[in-house]
Amino acid sequence: MKKLISFIFCLFIFNSSAEALVEVDITRGNLEPLPIAVSPLHVELGSKDIKQGNTIIKNIGERISEVIEINFRRSGLFNPLKKNSFVQNPEIAHVKPRFEDWRLIKAQALVTGQVIVSDDKLRVEFRLWDVVAAKEMIALAFSTTPNNWRRVAHIISDKVYQRLTGEEGYFDTRIVYVSESGPKTQRYKKLAIMDQDGANVKYLTLGNELVLTPRFSPKNQLVTYLSYFRNLPRVYLLDIETGVQEVVGDFPGMTFAPRFSPDGKKIIMSFAKDGNSDIYTMNLETRLVEKITDHTSIDTSPSYSPDGKYICFNSDRSGLQQIYVMRSDGSQVKRITFGKGLYGTPVWSPRGDLIAFTKVHKGQFYIGVMRTDGSGERLLTENFYQEAPSWSPNGRVLIFYRETKSDSEGKGFSAKLWSIDLTGYNERLIETETDGSDPSWSSLLSK
Amino acid sequence: MTRSIFLSLVFHSVMIVLTAISLPFMMRTPVDLPPILSVDLIQITDKTSIPFAAKAAKILEKIKKEKERVVSQQAPPSEKKKEKPDRIPLPEDLDKEKKQIVKKKQNPEEVKEEIRQASEFEKDELFDPNQIAALIDKSKEETAKTLKKNKKLTQSSVRTSFATGLTLSQEDALKAQIFGCWSLPLGLPYHKNLLVRIKLKLKPDGTVLRTEILDHARMNQPGQGFYKVLAESALRAVRICQPLRVPPTGYEKWKDLQLNFDANEMLKG
Repeated sequence: MKKLISFIFCLFIFNSSAEALVEVDITRGNLEPLPIAVSPLHVELGSKDIKQGNTIIKNIGERISEVIEINFRRSGLFNPLKKNSFVQNPEIAHVKPRFEDWRLIKAQALVTGQVIVSDDKLRVEFRLWDVVAAKEMIALAFSTTPNNWRRVAHIISDKVYQRLTGEEGYFDTRIVYVSESGPKTQRYKKLAIMDQDGANVKYLTLGNELVLTPRFSPKNQLVTYLSYFRNLPRVYLLDIETGVQEVVGDFPGMTFAPRFSPDGKKIIMSFAKDGNSDIYTMNLETRLVEKITDHTSIDTSPSYSPDGKYICFNSDRSGLQQIYVMRSDGSQVKRITFGKGLYGTPVWSPRGDLIAFTKVHKGQFYIGVMRTDGSGERLLTENFYQEAPSWSPNGRVLIFYRETKSDSEGKGFSAKLWSIDLTGYNERLIETETDGSDPSWSSLLSK
Repeated sequence: MTRSIFLSLVFHSVMIVLTAISLPFMMRTPVDLPPILSVDLIQITDKTSIPFAAKAAKILEKIKKEKERVVSQQAPPSEKKKEKPDRIPLPEDLDKEKKQIVKKKQNPEEVKEEIRQASEFEKDELFDPNQIAALIDKSKEETAKTLKKNKKLTQSSVRTSFATGLTLSQEDALKAQIFGCWSLPLGLPYHKNLLVRIKLKLKPDGTVLRTEILDHARMNQPGQGFYKVLAESALRAVRICQPLRVPPTGYEKWKDLQLNFDANEMLKG
């Protein structure tokens, strides 16, 4: 009897509470770049103009907002709205935006800010607003020397990017590359460094020695590169901040592409010893050289996985140049590419999920990505000649260089730096003063 | 004796209270049903008993003659729609053409039937009462086939209308509206779980009274920074879209709505 009563009781209770909730699955959305309004930063009264070398920079608030806008546009993820459609004064917008006005121009996010420049100090504060929800998303302030105003713009771009996409930005970074000038048969190659948007170019070598394959350390502002001194390849280490340069070692025969390990304590490279090219590591503290591969074929272009446990490299041990992956001690070598054509310059993504590569097939060069087991190959861009991809620190964008055809006298030749994101649709030329090749992307400067 | 009466009284009163509290029809407010249409039932004879039978017979004869004439005449060629020379056939048109061709191949005699001239003796044979039965049987078969074909659809629509309170077309209209409003953050890690469930409380006109992210705790978990971004984008979509395209009736059914924003399908593509 008791059971019956409790059963009836439960029946009544459940019957009353079991109201069906309407559920709708949303599996599609809009992949258009997010409309964002970057209001010119308000400059406080009494602020001075910034002197940078011989040039005087006026309207620093507008200049900072322009740099942010260019960063967003180049990323392909944002659509910065035209400033002439803005109706609210930047000063008031920074304190209390009229969201209805910003919604009218279809903005979904708004960046406002203000700048104070005194003699030797620049203070920039900014706010990011969710226009639709009518609330503040992030607010930060930075103080630095006035000459650093571009870096502040890049840091603001990174913070906004991170807040709106959920992944780290890549704007406050630098690119080291080989600056080239002169005719094709007699090129002058200098080591150069610039901001990721092509600004602030500085030359690190004079151009009297051939420089090749500069690579950034993932941990700090060190660069390793290869240079020929009296026709002998030397591997150098250069500290960008101090300008101090040191020779890591002279290596026999052909030496290629030195690259840092993820912890920055080793350099991995390939060089030919006794007529056979293999992969070696060098401990930067002890200077001990260790042989990683031992094969009769040509093994080159090694690159560590971000956790340092694996190395990808290219080898012709199968008869054709293909990409292989092995453990960092050289064991368990496994071929991962089986497609048509030749594969080279593999680079492991900082996220660890993809490997970028150069592919040559039927005389055309491709930059592509694939998973670390070789599956899911995607060719992002095709051209007459292009190679040497390097990842942005967030693993979303690749930088590489592309050469144009020349006639028999070498006329019409040029080498330019390009970037492309993982979608394959956002390909951009990076403007440089001279021709450029062999780019390498740094980690975030303000990490 | 008094003890058992007392117990019986207590038990009955408890049962009455429980019934009053928990019976669903007592809890819910009356469902707003569409207005009732009144239909008058009349005898068929009221319409069919024609007072002037002689006149009616003449009319019937006239109609019959006309019908006979139509049967014995050659049918004029049917008019075809003029098509623009540069018109690109739509996939639907191609399908139609294919179907027609298939029909011709399967039943070539049917075409002949249309152009055949019937003799006076054959006229009586044209109308065969047995064929009606066959036609009825065929229509039954076709209905059964259609039902079989649409079995999934029917089940789904039943699920939609009873379990979710929206019909398929209503659900589609709502989805289409939100698809256009949802700007997907493009930097999401495609290999992670990208499902955000949002519960909404709606007004009868489709504007949003309240929103609630169901997996709110996930936002603060380490390595789930992208989830906050995704959830915010979903909330933004709801706000941009409002008032939502909800049905004009049945507010009680959809006043609480759950939207499951799933970016995995799109990003994995």
